[in-house]
Amino acid sequence: MTRSTDSGLLSPQEAAVRVAASLKKRGRSERRFRYLGIAAITLSILFLVLLFAGIFTKGIPGMFQHYVTLDVVLDKGRMDPQGDMSEASLYSGDARGLVNESLLIALGSPEGRKAKRAARSILSSGSASRLTEFTLKHPELIGENVAVKFAVDDDIDSFMRGFISRETPESDRRINDETIEFVDRLDQASLISYEFSDYLFTGSASRDAEIAGIKGALIGSIWTLGVCLLIAFPLGVATAVYLEEIAPKNRMTEIIEININNLAAVPSVVFGIMGLAIFILVFGLPRSIPLVGGIVLALMTLPTIIISSRAAIRAVPPSIRDAALGIGASKMQTILHHVIPPAMPGMLTGTIIGMAQALGETAPLLMIGMVAFIVDVPGGVTEPATALPVQIFMWADFAERMFIQKTSAAIIVLLAFLITMNAGAIILRKKLERRWQ
Amino acid sequence: MADEVIGTKEVNFQDREVPDETVGEVFVNNPRMTARNVSVYYAEKLAVDDVTLDVGSSEVIAFVGPSGCGKSTLLRCFNRMNDTIDICRMEGKINIDGDDINDPKIDVVSLRARVGMVFQKPNPFPKSIFDNIAYGPRIHGLARDSVELDEIVERSLERAGLWSEVKDRLDQPGTSLSGGQQQRLCIARAIAVGPEVILMDEPCSALDPIATAKVEELISELREQYSIVIVTHSMQQAARVSDRTAYFHLGKLVEVGETKQIFTRPVHRLTEDYITGRFG
Repeated sequence: MTRSTDSGLLSPQEAAVRVAASLKKRGRSERRFRYLGIAAITLSILFLVLLFAGIFTKGIPGMFQHYVTLDVVLDKGRMDPQGDMSEASLYSGDARGLVNESLLIALGSPEGRKAKRAARSILSSGSASRLTEFTLKHPELIGENVAVKFAVDDDIDSFMRGFISRETPESDRRINDETIEFVDRLDQASLISYEFSDYLFTGSASRDAEIAGIKGALIGSIWTLGVCLLIAFPLGVATAVYLEEIAPKNRMTEIIEININNLAAVPSVVFGIMGLAIFILVFGLPRSIPLVGGIVLALMTLPTIIISSRAAIRAVPPSIRDAALGIGASKMQTILHHVIPPAMPGMLTGTIIGMAQALGETAPLLMIGMVAFIVDVPGGVTEPATALPVQIFMWADFAERMFIQKTSAAIIVLLAFLITMNAGAIILRKKLERRWQ
Repeated sequence: MADEVIGTKEVNFQDREVPDETVGEVFVNNPRMTARNVSVYYAEKLAVDDVTLDVGSSEVIAFVGPSGCGKSTLLRCFNRMNDTIDICRMEGKINIDGDDINDPKIDVVSLRARVGMVFQKPNPFPKSIFDNIAYGPRIHGLARDSVELDEIVERSLERAGLWSEVKDRLDQPGTSLSGGQQQRLCIARAIAVGPEVILMDEPCSALDPIATAKVEELISELREQYSIVIVTHSMQQAARVSDRTAYFHLGKLVEVGETKQIFTRPVHRLTEDYITGRFG
């Protein structure tokens, strides 16, 4: 059981004993490593669950809101003063008066200016235009008595949800006793309903939480991403192809490569400052437009697309290039017919992930002014717009209780988009993936 | 003896036995391709050292030699595949039917249509069997219509002895074939563009003996029509398929001659040592 004298090596028996001892030690450290890994994964899943639970418990109620159903007589003379049922005529009509009268009737016609004002404060300020839009959509109902749902004011909504307590002294409450009494009356008459918010997806930015929606921001995001994709994808793929397939491997391309990798790590707000300095201040493009936002996001996304495209191109076996060149395909034919097609899934995956990144980006858009309060839905890339994450950022800043819920609801929409895009990337990759030999 | 083989580069070979001049007859009566004083450098490293050699019409010539002797590098000079390697530089002259292949007037694309290549590992395109064959004729505009293209594909596959095996599944991916079939598909692909010379870089090294036998059989059939240059590590293969054999050592062409003579009565000691298995 000792060293064999002549060779200086361990005897087999001694070696076996030592191996057994070290085996135990190795086993222990492997187990330790495994437990650490399991702990880390458990922790991250826990945080993910907490995150989603938090967002959904706040956000799902944010997708619903309270409505009052009122019987309104669509008096032709008052709704349509010019009598031609045109949009201009209807918008100049007295929809507000009709709504208010219907509300007062529903409340049993209270007397006095104070009572009337309390009654009016129940309805959202967007009620008049809602009635006008309803009439525009159903012109045949003019002159009839129709039941229309109107959103309640955000304070009333918070009250219905129990965020504003009756026990609080009237002077500290955002709504007075008289209003509460009216709300109770409407509630007892079952005129108040809790429904999926149609303002969330069809409304645009508004100071009034109950009629604020993400439509404008969503369209703005789509325009911005469209510009971003149109610029970043061709540019990124072309760069990757050039660097991988055509450029000579020298110091210059090495420097370019290092800089592209560095660019991927540049904070996004820096791209925003650059966009502000170059596109807006030097080129004189307007602020707040999706065109500039898209260009800035494209610059930010480019490194991601280039890096993933290069990896995809590198994954194409060189033997395929040899085969194509060997039967006389030119360099361009080899690249177009044999390198890009099999690399496409990888390129698209990188692009979609880059797009998802761009979709969630706020800081660069703030720098170029896409944080403005824009009520109109943008109709093109040169119209002022805001983007979904920026809308969330703005709503999160508002004090009204209902905005907090709308913020969470918008976050759910954003997350849904991101998850859809990432899932799309995975499906695309699985579907287009080719197996070599 | 080769008059063109003159002088040697100042290269410090560890093996002093490498001759300055090639032993045996480097010229043939009816050459298809001729290499004159060809040297190839990878950056500063000399890979092929002043080789002069003819490739005859309708002959199979085998390049043999230990790894790193430059035989594959020389092979890749014949269709300028070395162009794809940035650091690779060639000196000397290679002609095909009297035309200098490095002449700026000659398009490398047309050269590669005349000098086809089959690689070590079967490398069919990840496309259908049909498209694998049809790709070459398509890019070179060989077929005027789809009927002609179908015919070229069928002829090429027939020529490669693959038609009966794949005629019912032309739309299946080329990669679904067995290794030996894939390699014959690659040969058919090279034939489809109507080359004069086919270069084969160890075409059987990734194949089992049965597939190897089939490829060798195919090579024997093709020798009637094409000049074939085959690089191989297998002495038996060289002996079986080739008319002439060239032995390379450390970038030098040591000996070239009739295959039978090389394998029975090698002149140079290095050749003898190699083919008898003393090294390499």
